[in-house]
Amino acid sequence: MTNRPLKVLIAKPGLDGHDRGAKVLARGLRDEGFEVVYTGLRQTADMIVTAALQEDVDVVGLSILSGAHMTLVPKVCAQLRDRGLGDVLVTVGGIIPDDDLEPLRLAGVAGVFGPGTTIREVADFLRAHATPRDA
Amino acid sequence: MTAGTGASGAAGPAGSPADRAAVLADAARAGDRRALARLLTAVENHTPLAEHALRRLYPQAGHAHLVGITGPPGAGKSTLVAALIAELRARGRTVAVVAVDPSSPITGGALLGDRVRMQSYAADDGVFIRSMASRGHAGGLAATSTTAAVVFDAAGFDVVLLETVGTGQSEVEVAAAADTTVVLEAPEMGDEVQAIKAGLLEVADIVVVNKGDRPGAQRTAAQLRAMLSGGGEHSRSKRPEILVATAVTGEGVPELLAALDRHRAAATLGEAPAARRARAAAQVRAVLVERLWDRLAGPVLAEVTAQTLDAVARHDTDPYAAADALLAALARQELPQEAS
Repeated sequence: MTNRPLKVLIAKPGLDGHDRGAKVLARGLRDEGFEVVYTGLRQTADMIVTAALQEDVDVVGLSILSGAHMTLVPKVCAQLRDRGLGDVLVTVGGIIPDDDLEPLRLAGVAGVFGPGTTIREVADFLRAHATPRDA
Repeated sequence: MTAGTGASGAAGPAGSPADRAAVLADAARAGDRRALARLLTAVENHTPLAEHALRRLYPQAGHAHLVGITGPPGAGKSTLVAALIAELRARGRTVAVVAVDPSSPITGGALLGDRVRMQSYAADDGVFIRSMASRGHAGGLAATSTTAAVVFDAAGFDVVLLETVGTGQSEVEVAAAADTTVVLEAPEMGDEVQAIKAGLLEVADIVVVNKGDRPGAQRTAAQLRAMLSGGGEHSRSKRPEILVATAVTGEGVPELLAALDRHRAAATLGEAPAARRARAAAQVRAVLVERLWDRLAGPVLAEVTAQTLDAVARHDTDPYAAADALLAALARQELPQEAS
């Protein structure tokens, strides 16, 4: 009952078409025992938040390589809060300049994973910080 | 829980499971999608709240058309589901989807990728898609898929699509869970002998040969028609409709929806209750087994149960005698307790 796997949504917001990283992470988290929902490319904030709501996920992981993270990520975080999903852990993966880390944190991002992060590090972070649903 | 939206936020940790279940169930019925999502999680996790909620919701269900979609991996189930969503929405009907993908037998993890094909409907409030991991259940669905369908049904969705994992020949469980079972085939997947083997094709109410733009689709459909239409007057096997569709383009999908509606109409007139009765039996049996095990593992009988299982493990007794002994122990428990 309580040992339900953590459920993670891996989403690619915006127009960036590079999803190899997202797929590798999705598969890696699967191997770490997570239930991973993958939604594919070119997702709007609305699509991502609706998927998070319907799937009742514990974590939303956003993969962005386009450089548009300062526009897209706060939008997703704000919509999550607006729709009552403020307790969902949000993480970002991609190439994020150091200067953007603090603004992203203030926007609601719990963790940022840059190049070189191992799957195990991500998995350990999610296990340590996500609050499992127990309706 | 943060300051949530409406009732689902109010149904936080406070209150008994029964109270929270009532709040969530009523909110889900009133259209609160987050409450609905939470209920589905409770169902998946077998929490006490789920039972309370289901008791409240079950009498409200029974109106939705439950459609099972099954077939081998890569046949196009998710794509067909997406095409059906479009067709149903165009007619103003609401749709819920339960999409099952396998859990890893090794790590328990799962990659749930069915939404990829359906995400264009993510923002439509008349559509609700829920991915489920099979969590070790082997019949093609998750153990809780049927229950999830009850929740969607009670929440007022017109159609509930149950998409199985990619199936082989014998994952026929979906036929018991659905009013209408659609089996997907891809062209050139086998010869006529494949079509007359027992199993998946036998439970089909409708067979769709998908990828109809590929060479061989019509031939496959013709073979299936030839082999599945026979069976003689007294045959108890179904005579499924065989359709050709191209889910990616939507070709053949209006015809599929028409066939679904026909099947449902026919079922409602005639032998219908048979399918629903079978489903009821399966649901009650599942709960019954669960309840029996709970009582056997409960404080009164736990020791007797453990001893009996040990005896079977040592081959001192056989499973049949053990089952009879445990049933007898349960029956004694029913009697007034003075003697013990």
